[in-house]
Amino acid sequence: MSSESDPLLLEISDLQVEGFSEDQWHEIVKGVDLTLKRGEVLGLIGESGAGKSTIGMAAMGYAKPGCRIKGGSIKFNGIELTTASEEEKRKLRGSRIAYVAQSAAASFNPAHKIINQFSETVIHHGLGNRKQAYADAKELYRRLKMPEPDQIGFRYPHQVSGGQLQRAMTAMALSCRPDLIIFDEPTTALDVTTQIEVLVTIRDIVRQYNTAAIYISHDLAIVAQMADRIKVLRYGDSVEESATRDMLSNPRENYTKTLWAVRTFKKTVKPPDPQPAALVKVDDITATYPGASLPVLSNVSLEIQRGETVAIVGESGSGKSTLAKVITGLLPQDKGQILYEGVGLSSKYRDRSSYHLQKIQMIYQMADTAMNPRHRVRDILGRPLKFFLNLRGNEKEKRLRELMEMIELDPDKFLDRLPSELSGGEKQRVCIARAIAAQPSFIICDEVTSALDQLVAEGILRLLDRLQQELNLGYMFITHDIATVNAIADKVVVMLQGQVVDQGAKDEVFAPPQHEYTKLLLTSVPEMDPEWMDRVLAERAAKGGMKAAGY
Amino acid sequence: MNKMRFAWNEFNKAPLTAKIGLLIIVVYVFVAIFAPLIAPFGESEIVGRKYLPWSNEFLLGTDNLGRDMFTRIVYGARNTVGIALITTLLAFSLGGIFGIFAAVMGGWTELVLSRVVDILMAIPSLIFSMLLLTIFGTSVISLILIIGVLDSTRVYRLARATSLNIVVMDYIDVARLRGEKIGWIIINEILPNISAPLVAEFGIRFCFVFLTISSLSFLGLGIQPPTADWGGMVRDTADLITFDDYTPLIPAAAIAILTIGVNFVVDWFLQKTSGLKDEL
Repeated sequence: MSSESDPLLLEISDLQVEGFSEDQWHEIVKGVDLTLKRGEVLGLIGESGAGKSTIGMAAMGYAKPGCRIKGGSIKFNGIELTTASEEEKRKLRGSRIAYVAQSAAASFNPAHKIINQFSETVIHHGLGNRKQAYADAKELYRRLKMPEPDQIGFRYPHQVSGGQLQRAMTAMALSCRPDLIIFDEPTTALDVTTQIEVLVTIRDIVRQYNTAAIYISHDLAIVAQMADRIKVLRYGDSVEESATRDMLSNPRENYTKTLWAVRTFKKTVKPPDPQPAALVKVDDITATYPGASLPVLSNVSLEIQRGETVAIVGESGSGKSTLAKVITGLLPQDKGQILYEGVGLSSKYRDRSSYHLQKIQMIYQMADTAMNPRHRVRDILGRPLKFFLNLRGNEKEKRLRELMEMIELDPDKFLDRLPSELSGGEKQRVCIARAIAAQPSFIICDEVTSALDQLVAEGILRLLDRLQQELNLGYMFITHDIATVNAIADKVVVMLQGQVVDQGAKDEVFAPPQHEYTKLLLTSVPEMDPEWMDRVLAERAAKGGMKAAGY
Repeated sequence: MNKMRFAWNEFNKAPLTAKIGLLIIVVYVFVAIFAPLIAPFGESEIVGRKYLPWSNEFLLGTDNLGRDMFTRIVYGARNTVGIALITTLLAFSLGGIFGIFAAVMGGWTELVLSRVVDILMAIPSLIFSMLLLTIFGTSVISLILIIGVLDSTRVYRLARATSLNIVVMDYIDVARLRGEKIGWIIINEILPNISAPLVAEFGIRFCFVFLTISSLSFLGLGIQPPTADWGGMVRDTADLITFDDYTPLIPAAAIAILTIGVNFVVDWFLQKTSGLKDEL
């Protein structure tokens, strides 16, 4: 796509960015070099806090509020951005350099129609009038394969789906035909089946217009599809950089190798119990949110036994988390019953006995909102101990320390900390300890690893698995991530639009997938192979596309 | 010990306005507590002829009955500030408890409470409190109760709105699923998280209550004579202003300075807790 003689479009050398927090400046990016030719796509990969987004923004000569570019040089098209005036930079942004953010929903102004937000930039930069902008928008919408390209722009952001919105945002970035687009995790908030479609359209359109791009993601498999070259970052420093294929086949640095190897954990699947006795039984549940006319769950039935993990898989809106709410009694069902050890539970948590409240515990996706920011770890774990087990004084202290050791955190160091003084993984561990503190026999894990980096998530999965074996717990594991399911599940339940479409032992459901939707879900998971996307597209095209399948 | 040092550090870092505000509050509190020791005469003691000019004996002259103005300013700190403080506390207890309770319960409880508050707020508060004071009589108790209840509606709205953001958090679900009682959830889970905006509101609300009481006293419906009160003192000596005597401005200034001082401190507190900054 790009020849060696091309002048560099973007040249960043020794970039240093600092952020201000707790009354002092911290280095976020520590001297990173980066070059990009016209029409080239560079993938930036790393865990959270690696400085990926900060570098992406710095490429526009921009630093977030509370941050500043301390040193180095950023040359875009020969213009030095670190010394350029705000006025010059403003002229470049939007017209020559564009940015596509992670959450399109949060980046669009909800009060204006999509197409008007598109034409705003064009008109502002004096590249055309409203009519021309509209025509161009429709053309781009068509090229991005959005449905009804002539009309969709006249909707408001909340009237289109997340995937469409992310495409509309890409179209907006392309409106002035920029030389460089920065994609900051553009598909992270999307479902897997939508993600692949958005990825394809982004890749194609970038090629069509020969636009250079920086593609930022934490997911190596996705970057492998999109980028010509990959740069691995850690703690604000670059680890290594090479062409995509070389990087995949032959990573040099140890850290890069660990990134590749994270999906190795696999629990040993237990042989099925000869006499299955359901710990929790969900029997023909139908539930509706108050005020809604259509049910979110219809006729859902499943069983979870002691010591086994049942994964509930589905995309957003499939009713996975609602099922958790019904089981815990936060959302009373319209029809059906929840049984615990054969005893029917009341549909409202208020009417349930303390014993049942104690035995069914839940761990949440966002550990941040699952812990009171004003309580110390000691109080967070101590309350269930006092409440359910009536432990006080020394007994309580002893149990607190045991719990901390179970979750592999040093009691002396962590017991008196506030949640804000813990890392993401440590927070989730404390949440697990809180659930364990009640001595439950059944735990609902709602996307517990989704907000975590892969290495940290792996640690959490191992911990959950160990606790399961030690305490003979039953897990209901809600997730959208197939890799997680593969790692931890004994049984799988696939949900779509509030219904169970497929369920059974993991191997029965997945290898090979029988149900059409399960197949779609599985093939949509990006693989660590640059050819993956083309292969999947070819396969789907051969079968007449997924539209024909009805999803 | 640690906390003391922390507080001292924070104080040193505070902007000048906040330090001035704190100083003002400290002086007022000191005067209010030690009023009998500071004042040269008794609170309602008639010590000379009326409207005497400023002199060494009567620092700020005498009022319309011949009572020492300085003495009454000092006692006024006790009465006006004290009653305003009690009233604000009452408004906060009522409004805060009902506000959080409404947010936690939701449904009908919230609906009924909110509509009652709306009705109370629909009537102009000064006129409403004058009306109620006329009906129930102008004792200190009824003054505190009436203004406290009327002002609690504002606190209710703030407490409810801030609690609503907390009630949707997962940790509230966790507490509910544990089977905790409503009271425990309010005190342990919600209150610590909304205390910052509530404390800030306390400062502002205190000023409003204080001004309301002063205005009512000025209108003759507030703190009743012979109890010294700044609002009433402005009214009693108001005539002097036409004779080029600034004495009535002294109690008015006492009111104004405390209001400004409290607001300085509240601004600083808001800045500390929510990152609100004037400079940016």
